[in-house]
Amino acid sequence: MFSANEKKKFGKLKKGLIDIVGSENIDDSTSGRLVYSYDATPNYQSLPDVIVAPGSAEEMAAVLKLCNDMETPVYARGSGTNLCADTCPLKGGVVLLFKRMNQILELDKENLTITVQPGVITKEICDCVEAQGLFYPPDPGSMAIATIGGNISENSGGLHGLKYGVTRDYVLALQVALPNGKLIRTGGKLTKDVAGYDLTRLFIGSEGTLGVITEATLKLIPKPESQKTILALYQDLEAAGRSVSSIIANKMIPATLEFLDQDTLKAVEGFAHIGLPTNVQAILLIVQDGPAEIVDRDIQRIAEICREQQAVDVQLAASEEEAQKLATARRTALSALARLKPTTILEDATVPRSEIAKMVRAIADIAQKYDLRISTFGHAGDGNLHPTCLTDARNTEEMERVEKAFAEIFEKAIELGGTLTGEHGVGATKAPYLKWKLGEAGLEVMRGIKQSIDPKGIMNPGKVFADVSIEREATAK
Amino acid sequence: MMTETEKKAIQNDFKEQMDYDELLNCMRCGFCLPSCPTYIETDQQELYSPRGRIALMKGITDGVIEPDEEVTHSLDLCLGCRACETVCPSGVKYGHLLEDARSIIQSHKKQSVPVKMLRRGIFDELFPNQNRLEHVTSLLGFYQRSGLSKVVRKVGFMNLFPESMATMERVLPEVPKRKEIRERPRYFEHEGERQATCAMFTGCLMDTVFFTTNNATIRLLQKAGCDVLVPENQLCCGALHGHNGELERAKQMAKQNIAAFEHSGADYIVTNAGGCGAFLIEYDHLLADDPEWADRAKNFVSKLKDISAVLVTLEFHKTHRLKLPQQTVTYQDSCHLRNVMHTYEEPRLLLQSIEGIHFEEMEGANTCCGSAGDYNIVEPEMAMQILDHKMEQVVKTDAKTIVTANPGCLLEMKVGIERKHRTGSMRAVHIVDLLLEALDG
Ligand SMILES: Cc1cc2nc3c(=O)[nH]c(=O)nc-3n(C[C@H](O)[C@H](O)[C@H](O)COP(=O)(O)OP(=O)(O)OC[C@H]3O[C@@H](n4cnc5c(N)ncnc54)[C@H](O)[C@@H]3O)c2cc1C
Ligand code: SF4
Ligand code: SF4
Repeated sequence: MFSANEKKKFGKLKKGLIDIVGSENIDDSTSGRLVYSYDATPNYQSLPDVIVAPGSAEEMAAVLKLCNDMETPVYARGSGTNLCADTCPLKGGVVLLFKRMNQILELDKENLTITVQPGVITKEICDCVEAQGLFYPPDPGSMAIATIGGNISENSGGLHGLKYGVTRDYVLALQVALPNGKLIRTGGKLTKDVAGYDLTRLFIGSEGTLGVITEATLKLIPKPESQKTILALYQDLEAAGRSVSSIIANKMIPATLEFLDQDTLKAVEGFAHIGLPTNVQAILLIVQDGPAEIVDRDIQRIAEICREQQAVDVQLAASEEEAQKLATARRTALSALARLKPTTILEDATVPRSEIAKMVRAIADIAQKYDLRISTFGHAGDGNLHPTCLTDARNTEEMERVEKAFAEIFEKAIELGGTLTGEHGVGATKAPYLKWKLGEAGLEVMRGIKQSIDPKGIMNPGKVFADVSIEREATAK
Repeated sequence: MMTETEKKAIQNDFKEQMDYDELLNCMRCGFCLPSCPTYIETDQQELYSPRGRIALMKGITDGVIEPDEEVTHSLDLCLGCRACETVCPSGVKYGHLLEDARSIIQSHKKQSVPVKMLRRGIFDELFPNQNRLEHVTSLLGFYQRSGLSKVVRKVGFMNLFPESMATMERVLPEVPKRKEIRERPRYFEHEGERQATCAMFTGCLMDTVFFTTNNATIRLLQKAGCDVLVPENQLCCGALHGHNGELERAKQMAKQNIAAFEHSGADYIVTNAGGCGAFLIEYDHLLADDPEWADRAKNFVSKLKDISAVLVTLEFHKTHRLKLPQQTVTYQDSCHLRNVMHTYEEPRLLLQSIEGIHFEEMEGANTCCGSAGDYNIVEPEMAMQILDHKMEQVVKTDAKTIVTANPGCLLEMKVGIERKHRTGSMRAVHIVDLLLEALDG
């Protein structure tokens, strides 16, 4: 409940917001606030005070200035599918929506770029450019629902990461609204540009803690001529891991190289009913694309390598349609796993590709040590695994063990030269561990940048920067 | 307005009765959002999305929010079409959550005396009683046949009702005389080679207002080689009750229906209304906690099939020549037939086997038309908005005939045709009526 003073302040804020966006574009009803109190991260919930949907970059900038003047926290929110509590309004304040900023502005076929507003759904971009024979590769599992603004702010990866890179590699230019109410433009439709610091990259992956992206220009590439998909089946997790390293060591870069273990296979099959093998320990879903002869050659060699590494079977997808079904089914892995237990906590540890087999082994050992059910799937080709703990948030004793297990997984990933999170972001969930990766000096640089752009700390407070860091020694084995 | 005590009482019941594991099963991935008609029609308001609605139910259960008018409005605006369920990788049983939540809220609603009496009249007296229903229908028949309907239309009496209801009144089919219903035999013999025995679930509306469609269904089954029984003592499936928070009454009706079919010895229990079928097929869930009925319900459910699925199983379309004059035809899925009974290939297959027909799949055929049981009467504005968008897609197909598989959808499409001023150049039909036409033709 608000105190009298807070009430007065809120009244002023609300009036200011109405002046900017109109009363039809704000909502401070209880249920309206409740449905923006969470994202896809389990166990985080906090009610904002008001929801605002600005209709233009200028309105967005004006809203930020107002909130900055009143020292009110703001949280940019795309579709709320992030997995690190990044849009959970931990400190109350204003949630910003992009549903009125969801247009594709321009498809430039001469420069091979597309310019979009932040609220456009990623899949719409992919469909729009593919209809023109072009390709926008970053395709997170959530592409059918996540926004491009969210993708850029989390620097999301996807099933194409290994060969084509992640969102960062396709952002050429941004327009950003800053807390001081100014709008800036970074980058351009350029392949070369060294004028000044690379501010575009600074905002990519900044998780809404610096400014609000109001427009983005993305790079496109020609659509590959053809593609083929195979499934390699394993009765040994590590053998699957070794295959990944071996394929890459043999100088082949598949377009997609995904790992799914048995639990994940069963859960996905339970939803999709497409005949996935559920009697093996793990599979690799491998796609190669490009000119037909090269695809054929690569797929044949990859199949051989998998067999050499004790794949019990290698199956070729019979048609384009079947291949699509497999990719779509893979994208549901996380949500499908959720059907097995009340709470699914997923992590995003990433290691150099050469270490993938060791990481798979370590995850299995850690799960056993803490007596937990951890299923693993992920973008194996990127060294990016998603160990997912199937648990129940109501069981506090088990939750403690989950916490310990994940600390140990982070520890192991860093030890193998990896990182805490490959693509899901730091948010609130990993903020206390960030120091493990960056060190105190690294964090200091980040704080300096934050301070210069957002001195009052209104942008997504409670994320990335932890109030208290967890000390590494305390949790180490 | 809800009083504080009412809100508290509702909150308590949510805590005690909602299936908390199922609420937790929603991992909030949002995969369901693009499939939800009300989310799309409200320009992406999370409050009117499946993820949002589940969060509201959980919010009340957790005590984070109170069940106020906005909450009930969000739930009221849900079509119950269950499109969100088929796309949910986590397998959240949204329909059951919705039914439970509505039932709790309904049980605490303080209604004005007239509304209460009307509800009691409809839910307790009218629908559970096929006799009374027939009587009311015969009044409707009298109304149509006596010329009274013309007078009423002229006087503009129907203008007093929401537009949707007024249009609905115009598109209702000619209802049969009560005598006709009464005198229909209870047994029909197969034609040609004997294939199976079917017990016909006649349904409340289907067996009154849509009596001829029921007869067409029986004819088709006979032609497909089935002996057809029409068991006595069956009644309305209870869907209207279930969806409106009258769960206890729905359970009683389920039991009577199970008993009515139990000793029929039929291979299939056949329905021709997606809305009823979807409710019937969940009798096992409805009665799961009732030791005396749980297994009997399972047995009932295991035999239940929609008419189009029965016909395809019996290869009716391969053994019979179906032919119609040249025309473009499109099909509007019944949400419940598609999302709950998972029957959507069969009707298309049947239509495509009719000679002379050009079948044109409509964009978004799998999304709700806005009829959703009594939704178009309770939430007319949203229903009409959805229907108008649907009709835009229908028009794009150039179809002369829109085929449906549920009486609600059929009426809704008829209303849509009227609203588009296409009466005469476009028609809406139930699939069995079209199939019979094709068989005779
Ligand atoms: C089932 C499932 C599968 C997933 N698969 C993948 C995957 O394969 N790869 C992957 O990388 N991620 C994946 N994710 C995580 C998530 O979908 C991505 O992080 C996605 O990019 C988030 O998009 P969103 O629109 O939902 O953003 P939100 O969750 O709403 O926001 C994410 C962050 O971006 C900020 N933000 C949003 N819009 C703006 C803006 N315009 N300006 C500034 N900041 C903004 C928010 O403040 C927040 O910090 C998955 C999630 C789910 C639920
Ligand atoms: S209902 Fe299913 S699809 Fe929708 S948010 Fe919940 S888990 Fe995801
Ligand atoms: S049942 Fe239909 S209207 Fe209701 S939440 Fe699900 S998709 Fe939306």
